[in-house]
Amino acid sequence: MKRSMLFIPGNTPGLLINGACLGADMLIFDLEDAVSPDEKDSARVLVRNILKDLDFSGIGTIVRVNSVDSAYFEKDLEAIVPCSPDMIMLPKTGCEADVLRVDARIGALEEKLGMEKNSVRLMLLIETAIGVENAFKSASASERVCAIFLGAEDLSADLRCKRSKEGREIEYARARLVCAGRAAGVDVYDTPFTDVNDDEGIRRDAEAAKALGFTGKAAISPRHVDAINEVFSPSEKDIEYAYEVMEAIALARQQGRGAIALRGKMIDAPIVARAQQTIAAAEELGLGREI
Amino acid sequence: MAEIIKKAVAGTLESSDVYVEAEPAEKLEISIDSAVEAQFGDAIRNSVREVAAALGVDGARLRVKDRGALDCVIRARVETALRRGMEA
Repeated sequence: MKRSMLFIPGNTPGLLINGACLGADMLIFDLEDAVSPDEKDSARVLVRNILKDLDFSGIGTIVRVNSVDSAYFEKDLEAIVPCSPDMIMLPKTGCEADVLRVDARIGALEEKLGMEKNSVRLMLLIETAIGVENAFKSASASERVCAIFLGAEDLSADLRCKRSKEGREIEYARARLVCAGRAAGVDVYDTPFTDVNDDEGIRRDAEAAKALGFTGKAAISPRHVDAINEVFSPSEKDIEYAYEVMEAIALARQQGRGAIALRGKMIDAPIVARAQQTIAAAEELGLGREI
Repeated sequence: MAEIIKKAVAGTLESSDVYVEAEPAEKLEISIDSAVEAQFGDAIRNSVREVAAALGVDGARLRVKDRGALDCVIRARVETALRRGMEA
């Protein structure tokens, strides 16, 4: 499962080489905000070498490159694309045209390097008001896009509002992004919770995101990873209920019945769909069983 | 051949990192300061030489202060120091 993704600053060897031990499902090697302008060259070479040399099997690797309009973008792509990370994160994605421009540039690199077409996937970081409004079109612009990710810190600056722990200022953006991502058929990730010492706060924030339909959530501290993984995993109760639903459906079919009730409630198509999603998630976590 | 035209540095003295200083010289001169020099000094020298050769550098004085860096980190920092030293 891809529930949690942990940011690792791109110029810190100690964190980069130990990232795989921190419990996150995916690691984001950050070449953008976590790296000062005079160290961009150094971080780029370091992340390239780490990706080439170290074994991250079982963990998703994402590289956040610098934005398309920065002086670093082209060099970032030239260094990182040949390493085939699972995804490249594109900051400040504003519209379809941004995605198409990057899609063409990556496509040219894939061809030049003899890589499979569209093998480099994109996660779009949506962190501006225009990006939120255009999220569905951006997510649908290219086959490379497999996820979108809400960046609430930059967004709240763009919205001219204060960022709060409760997150009321990003309620619209969260709901809009989940809808856009699901409509486009891609995963949707929630913004990190920024108070690294608030263990209750991260749990509440992750639960709110899960309730809206997010696939998972980013973290800026390893301390938040366990809470995110727990919240975005199906509970034992959810798993048991999902199996009961599927067993009831199987029984109804055997008996030639079209409709069936479980625990006093009719089982309809959305309930079956949710049960199937829960069982798929349970199986991925090794918690599945025979029906 | 690429030329080192100015002194340049890369990396840090933090754990798991390496600090590399590069400056102009007639030939490749490598000095290493590492707690594991007895065990890995030759391997570190080889990595430094390979990176320099790949960049076409045959003249540079390189001081490598290792703080327990992996080979891929050493290679990255040497490459960055040399590239910075080549820039006008």
